[in-house]
Amino acid sequence: MDYWQRCNVADALLQVEALSKRFGGIVASDALSLSVAPGELHAVIGPNGAGKTTLISQLTGQLAPDFGKITFAGLDITALPTHRRSALGLARSFQITSLFLDMSALDNVSLAVQAHAGHSFRFWRDARNESELREPARAALVRVGLGERASAPAAELSHGEHRQLEIAMALAGRPRMLLLDEPMAGLGPEESARMVEMLRALKSEHAILLVEHDMEAVFALADRITVLVYGRVIASGAPETIRNHAEVRRAYLGEQEAADV
Amino acid sequence: MTAPLNLRSIFIAGVLTVLALLPVYAALTGNYFLLTLFTRIVILAMAATSLNLILGYGGMVSFGHAVYLGIGGYVVGILAKEGILSGFVQWPVAVAVSALIALGLGALSLRTRGVYFIMITLAFAQMFYYIAIGLDRYGGDDGLTIYKRSQFGDLVNLSSKTQFYYLCFAFLLGTIYLVWRLVNSRFGMVIRGSRSNDRRMHAIGFPTFRYKLICFVIAGTLCGLAGALLANHTDFISPAVMHWTRSGDLIVMVVLGGMGSLFGPLIGAVALLVLEETLPVLISAVAGLILPSAATQAGEYWQIVLGPLFLLVVLFARGGIDGLLAKVQRG
Ligand SMILES: Nc1ncnc2c1ncn2[C@@H]1O[C@H](COP(=O)(O)OP(=O)(O)O)[C@@H](O)[C@H]1O
Ligand SMILES: [Mg+2]
Repeated sequence: MDYWQRCNVADALLQVEALSKRFGGIVASDALSLSVAPGELHAVIGPNGAGKTTLISQLTGQLAPDFGKITFAGLDITALPTHRRSALGLARSFQITSLFLDMSALDNVSLAVQAHAGHSFRFWRDARNESELREPARAALVRVGLGERASAPAAELSHGEHRQLEIAMALAGRPRMLLLDEPMAGLGPEESARMVEMLRALKSEHAILLVEHDMEAVFALADRITVLVYGRVIASGAPETIRNHAEVRRAYLGEQEAADV
Repeated sequence: MTAPLNLRSIFIAGVLTVLALLPVYAALTGNYFLLTLFTRIVILAMAATSLNLILGYGGMVSFGHAVYLGIGGYVVGILAKEGILSGFVQWPVAVAVSALIALGLGALSLRTRGVYFIMITLAFAQMFYYIAIGLDRYGGDDGLTIYKRSQFGDLVNLSSKTQFYYLCFAFLLGTIYLVWRLVNSRFGMVIRGSRSNDRRMHAIGFPTFRYKLICFVIAGTLCGLAGALLANHTDFISPAVMHWTRSGDLIVMVVLGGMGSLFGPLIGAVALLVLEETLPVLISAVAGLILPSAATQAGEYWQIVLGPLFLLVVLFARGGIDGLLAKVQRG
């Protein structure tokens, strides 16, 4: 191991080593290794079905890897249940929005705050009047630009607002690291631009693993990019390196699209 | 929060006032039939309110909730038969046994969801139904007569119709207040969140199983207490109390009144049981006008009218009667 590699391992907030996962005949993660440093935005790109969502689900513990090791903040979390990982500061947003649709935006985020405020075997006090829950929740909504929509039922928010709410919920527990699964999917150009600005602001305070199809956003935000194809890392490095990587151009970006970027 | 003076709260205040004044009416007229009927309604409303905690707020469709009516009732009945008449012993034991059984049933059934949960709670309830039938010493199939109601010394006399009614009414109000506190607490937010999106609850860090289990135990315990009241009311306990159709009745009360609405189960219990009393009379009266010879017979078919009525509520008033009131009010 050379100096830089050692340095990298020691400093990494998240370290994934030789992660492997199969669904029957499909290889979703193929000896996948990557790391994310504190304060880094690491983008993972790859065609549909490359195993990006599967990677995130293994990081959060919703799926168990067949093989491999996940280290977060120096702890081996490979076998930890989801709620323990989340307590350690690993937060996820879902590719398909998964909200509490019958509750208000503020209630959604308050629940996420509550998840990090110790056990919830508190049976008497009105949770909607606890400033300990409501204030951080309001702050998270403001950070994602939903401050005005706090009392709207989640079901009545637009698609773009759902994506924002997703991220506010991920922020609620003051996570050390955000795992974002295609936060820009289905957004219009204007909404996307706003999301890019928001992520840029978040980046200074949280390490981020960003799965995203919007290449413009990825190249604008990422410190490092990893390219997955069939669950395997085919390239990893600085945006410039990836832009010029021959195999990436062939396998994923496609010559045409690569020329546009 | 200031309660707005609206149709819905006026309606509920009206129902509560009528319930509170019922013994006065009985005393003035000397007619105790209504008081007896409403004692039963109030007790079953308490059971339905406890079911609403898991069904309406927690999304746990238990099809065996009446089992706790039976447990609470049998504890009172068995202890009475064995010569232990003190309510200070009977009722705490009823509560403790209900809680323990709810803990066991919940631990097993909450590992499943959807239709499986419905089926497993139903199966457990039927299991207790058959166990009760097998209790030869305590009447088996025929049930057990309770010759003396629970004794509370000078504190309260359960044999006094008025005192017993007010005791049941106080328990109902206490249950509603407890549910209100619970569902708005942190604990309640977890329960509601888990009904809304259980997967997401896990993802944000809630091990929901233990919260749902505690909720299940609280609901079972409250219903067990209602069971102790019911046995005192009827002076009798039999396996029939636990039959799955009784659990179905409780679900009907909750759905009819409004799932996840605080006073819904009370409204539902009043509506269902009053219909049960009046429909047969109404139907035979109507039938009597058309075909006098079929009048009494027609009265037996009241369920044929009640069924579609219930279906209409489910189809057109999603939130039950309480939801309907809220809708009317919004215009
Ligand atoms: N639960 C599952 N069961 C079976 N196959 C799955 C499951 N989840 C994902 N896959 C398969 O694994 C591969 C990777 O999927 P996914 O991680 O969702 O890809 P991506 O997010 O990169 O589009 C796909 O071929 C997909 O069909
Ligand atoms: Mg995906």
